[in-house]
Amino acid sequence: MREPFVVAEGLRKTFRSRERAVIALDDVSFSLARGETLGLVGPSGSGKSTLARALMRLVEPDGGSIRIDGEDWLGLSGKALRRRRGAIQMVFQDPLAAFNPRATIGGALDDPLRIHGMADRGERPRRIAELLERVGLPSGFAQRAVHEVSGGQRQRVAIARALATRPALIVLDEAVSALDVSVRGRILELLADLQKSDGIAFVFVSHDLAVVRVIAHRVAVMDAGRIVETGNTPDVIANPQSATGRALVAAVPTLNLG
Amino acid sequence: MKRFVLRFLRSPEGVAGLILLSCLVAMALLAPVLFPRDPLAIVGRPLTAPFTDASLPLGTDRLGRDVLAGLMHGARASLLVGIFAALVAILVGAVVGTVAGFAGGLIDEALMRVVDAFQIVPGFLLALAFVSVTGPSLPVIVFAIALGAWTGPARLARAEVLSIRERDYVAAARVIGMHPAEIAFKEVLPNALPPVLALVSVIVASAVLIEAALSFLNLGDPNIVTWGSMIAEGRNVLRTAPYLSIVPGFGLVLTVLGVYLFGEGLVEGMAHRRRRQ
Repeated sequence: MREPFVVAEGLRKTFRSRERAVIALDDVSFSLARGETLGLVGPSGSGKSTLARALMRLVEPDGGSIRIDGEDWLGLSGKALRRRRGAIQMVFQDPLAAFNPRATIGGALDDPLRIHGMADRGERPRRIAELLERVGLPSGFAQRAVHEVSGGQRQRVAIARALATRPALIVLDEAVSALDVSVRGRILELLADLQKSDGIAFVFVSHDLAVVRVIAHRVAVMDAGRIVETGNTPDVIANPQSATGRALVAAVPTLNLG
Repeated sequence: MKRFVLRFLRSPEGVAGLILLSCLVAMALLAPVLFPRDPLAIVGRPLTAPFTDASLPLGTDRLGRDVLAGLMHGARASLLVGIFAALVAILVGAVVGTVAGFAGGLIDEALMRVVDAFQIVPGFLLALAFVSVTGPSLPVIVFAIALGAWTGPARLARAEVLSIRERDYVAAARVIGMHPAEIAFKEVLPNALPPVLALVSVIVASAVLIEAALSFLNLGDPNIVTWGSMIAEGRNVLRTAPYLSIVPGFGLVLTVLGVYLFGEGLVEGMAHRRRRQ
């Protein structure tokens, strides 16, 4: 059988400050197939964001391995790493913080196209318009400053930026948590459509199981730096095995009309 | 931007500074128009007192040179030196501070020790030593003054960069595979610059004073009139013709005051803008 697209094994990360050490990742292993969505849930401080950032090479793990498409991802550095980064993109929680305060939307989308040589200079405005259209924004937005548009629109721009390099995997770190509920639903729909059309895999980090339920095929529950439970989303939600899993399921608000 | 200008115009310091500086800039720009002759040329009897000759309103010095012409041409030298020295100091400081803060580790340590080394020598002594070794000319003086002034901007830029490099948009730039140098100078530096620019007024003011002091010690460019050299010249006849030192001294005081007030106004305007963000 072919190896899954992403295989992470035994990831460890400890953050040390002068007095104390916080274990953020403790022997974390998981795998992800192409076109699959893995939901990563857990309470605050459980290490989900660290795992997402380790996967992006924004945080260097102390130990363990990550293989992407059969290649040693943690062994890459410098130019080779920068070139490969196009395959894995990320959407951040706060769409305002994720853009240079001086950037225009067109400029923010131009950067990945230029860096990865996705299009010639003359062709790029058309590609930027295409990207905006794919995430449901008018192409005229390219001239606007990022800080001028609404939070939901800004997160769409962030998704467009992530799509620019035609990645095989997008890591979404609490990508809809800061959005209001109606906008959240439409962003989730957009993500599902993109997965269907392009076969992009997602790692979807959230503390909210209700959101993960609608988008993730599989769920990994994290607590204190460990993955305490994994399984298909409906199974985990219907019958959580770990204490953390049960607590998260219990925390999802239900409407009791009885 | 518009609100920034409004805030600036509403602060009394800013307006006073703007008026003073406008007068000085006007003086500097009009000098070659109103006094097309070399201000070092002899035009009348030596030591003509001010307000006694209509064609020489501020009188003449020991050699019969027009004091008013010297004053206006001197404004050119002072402002040029001040502005260019500040420009060089901010540019060098911002680049060094950004590299140190962004690269971190050994590069940071090395660069900051160089900053320390420059900072422990008083700026004026550094300029004095540099000019007396290389010989006085306007570019050398600008460089000599900048040599002692770039450490402040470097420290401030580094501190800003240290906080900015942890922001998500820097992580986002890494994620799209941007080169670290491009991240440092395109994403980080422009956002670290505003507080550094607040130092401009302090640097310009001290540069004007250092230039005057160098000229006073006969280490200025001998081919141009500066206020410092005029004061030095007048010192020899201080008791019989004190106006020769007082007039350019007044120019100096007003320039430094104007630049300083202007800077205060800028900081005022910027502070309001930051709070709004």
